[in-house]
Amino acid sequence: MKQYSDLEYLKLSKGNKFLYRLGRFFTGIPVAIGRLFLKLWELLKKIGLSIGRECADIVNTFIHGDWKTKTSFFIMGFGNLARGQILRGILFLLFEIVFIGYMILSGGYWLRMLPSLGITGPSEEYNEVLDTYVTKYNDNSFQILLYGVLTIFFIVAFIYTWRVNVKQNKLAEQILKSGKKLKSGKDDLRSVVDDQFHKTLLALPLTGILVFTALPIVFMILVAFTNYDGTHNGYTNSLFTWVGLDNFNTMLSWTGGAGGTQSYAATFGEVLLWTLIWAFFATFTNYFLGMFVAMAINKKGIRFKKGWRTILVLTIAIPQFISLLYVSKMFAKNGIINGTLMSLGWIDKALPFWEDATWARITVILINIWIGIPYLMLITTGILMNIPADLYESARIDGASGWQQYRKITLPYMLFVTGPYLLTSFTGNMNNFNVIYLLTGGAPTNPAASSAAGTVGYTDLLITWLFKITTGAESQYYMASVIGILVFVVVALISLIVYNLLPSIKNEEDFR
Amino acid sequence: MGLKASRTISNTLIHILLIVISVVWLIPFVCILLQSFRVESTGPVGYVVPQQWGVDNYTKLFQTDFPRWYTNTFIAALVTAVLQTVIVLCMSYTLSRFRFKMREPLMRFMLILGMFPGMLSMIILYRVLKDLGLTQANAVPGLILVYVASSGMGYYVSKGFFDTIPTSLDEAARVDGATRAQILYKIILPLSKPIVIYTVLTAFMGPWGDYVFARYISFGTSAGKNVAVGLYDWLNKDQIASSYTMFCAGGVLVAVPVTVLFMFLQKYYVEGVTGGAVKG
Repeated sequence: MKQYSDLEYLKLSKGNKFLYRLGRFFTGIPVAIGRLFLKLWELLKKIGLSIGRECADIVNTFIHGDWKTKTSFFIMGFGNLARGQILRGILFLLFEIVFIGYMILSGGYWLRMLPSLGITGPSEEYNEVLDTYVTKYNDNSFQILLYGVLTIFFIVAFIYTWRVNVKQNKLAEQILKSGKKLKSGKDDLRSVVDDQFHKTLLALPLTGILVFTALPIVFMILVAFTNYDGTHNGYTNSLFTWVGLDNFNTMLSWTGGAGGTQSYAATFGEVLLWTLIWAFFATFTNYFLGMFVAMAINKKGIRFKKGWRTILVLTIAIPQFISLLYVSKMFAKNGIINGTLMSLGWIDKALPFWEDATWARITVILINIWIGIPYLMLITTGILMNIPADLYESARIDGASGWQQYRKITLPYMLFVTGPYLLTSFTGNMNNFNVIYLLTGGAPTNPAASSAAGTVGYTDLLITWLFKITTGAESQYYMASVIGILVFVVVALISLIVYNLLPSIKNEEDFR
Repeated sequence: MGLKASRTISNTLIHILLIVISVVWLIPFVCILLQSFRVESTGPVGYVVPQQWGVDNYTKLFQTDFPRWYTNTFIAALVTAVLQTVIVLCMSYTLSRFRFKMREPLMRFMLILGMFPGMLSMIILYRVLKDLGLTQANAVPGLILVYVASSGMGYYVSKGFFDTIPTSLDEAARVDGATRAQILYKIILPLSKPIVIYTVLTAFMGPWGDYVFARYISFGTSAGKNVAVGLYDWLNKDQIASSYTMFCAGGVLVAVPVTVLFMFLQKYYVEGVTGGAVKG
């Protein structure tokens, strides 16, 4: 698509300007993806080069180093000890001993079993004392996968520490050669609360994230390539094993199931489409209506500003599960809404809020507005107050109407400031488990999707589908993992594209 | 005169609108309060005002496991509030104040981690916690561990706050010979009261509303449930006819303390949300 210069662009009519921008947006997507791959390639190149440099440095250190340094290549911390840095030396040595001990005692076993995920499953064995067959549990696939991953983490940590150890020797040699003094253990202790204070502060949070977020995610990514489910739990009933890309093939296959039910891919497509529609409406209805309420409260001459705000803010305080569950029952067939409407004589049959697919979808979006507006009202209030008042002043002198002021000043400013927030809120809504699960539980059920794992409903998001799979009777964890990975891919793609396009969109905005 | 008249009209309209909005937003909570006092029946009904009033639902609550769920949630919320605040502040302060080599990669790493649905990790965490004996009846410590451990990822709001404290303060203290730890305790923390309170408040409110993790970890054992899981189960098909009004009463008991606390600390919450949320 042809790119206009600024002057040419300004000459276009209003409709053409819009079309031009739309066209630029869509032609921008392949470019953004291309740029992404270029960046990835550059990253890989950088990593490769730096590994090469590190290796060369290690070899150089070994060739040119003295005997203390050379010994440190095999006994970590030896150089530190020999040069009087007792504290560091002991720590290095201790780490090496722990590592070697671990590898011999159990690490080796986990690594050896990792390619097969266990060889012998539970077996029935004759017990002479009890005179009956009892189940004997052998390998545990779950533990093998978990500790296998953990062992690999540990090995990486060891290699890194070893590298630090080599580097320190080289540094210490240089420092001593130039006639300066090395840091003592006391200096090291002081640096924990001073120069290296950031490491002290980060140690606990990062350990938590590594163990409770990163490790489980690596594990669950791997599960997508196994057949881990309720009937192959890896220990008490039968082992699970690697199945390659089978699960992805199932998820993306177009062959329908038994009894005329639709294929997995069709179900996935439907749920994904609804997830995107939901995220779009949930984000933008809340955004604009929240902004509207905030502007209404902010308007000159409105009384009890604080009172209105407090009423809305208080609804944030009440735990969502109470309000959502209660509202979901209010809209039920025999609930208060239908009951009131019927006793008023406005309807004579209960409205199918949760029974009909379209009704249910619209109702969840409406209730989400009820949930979201107070929060958005708070956020936008702060930003609205930051818009310089003289902008409006001069607009008013030029005779701009209220709507024009909104279109030309408020909205561009808001979009500019809240752009990143809108993106995170969009991806957050894609994974908005609470609202959907507590309101509908995914209902009404989609009968055509019965060939897929779990029960799939018309209001199910990918995330609630995932949850249903893991808690269902069959517990197809591998399918849940596949969905989780696909959710990640979708979220990451959207974020990357929007981030890459944001600046260019901003430049084309008539906002200055 | 014409301008003034039109302004009066539009302001009146907005006032009416705001009244309508307030009513719509408050109605569910009024309904839940009224229904918790309904005595004549226990299932869901199509009218709001009870025909017979009484506190039966509240007294019945105490014959169920509800007090246990309540204490579970309260303890989890209290401990989480303290530990999570420490972790979040460590993380956000470091990322705001220090410039080190791994800073940018670290933030990108956490951004990418955050794109995975957190629920996925529950499957493995459940098995691990089960091996440690921290599930079912012992769910509370397990829950706290799960809540607190990855809370470092939610550093955005408080980092936004720390970014607004001028670094010249730090530099002046450095010149006077203070260590970095002393700067944090003696200079930054006293200035950070609003964000500390905001973090404590949000951390305390989180466990009250958590359903997914609590459901996994309690795994159907009543003694390990939190209020969300326990009350949710009262609304399933088999129990709703007998427990609906009890759910309302339980909901009121959960909502009241959290709301009162929130009311007192509202100022800080608003500051945190308006100041930090957008930058994230």
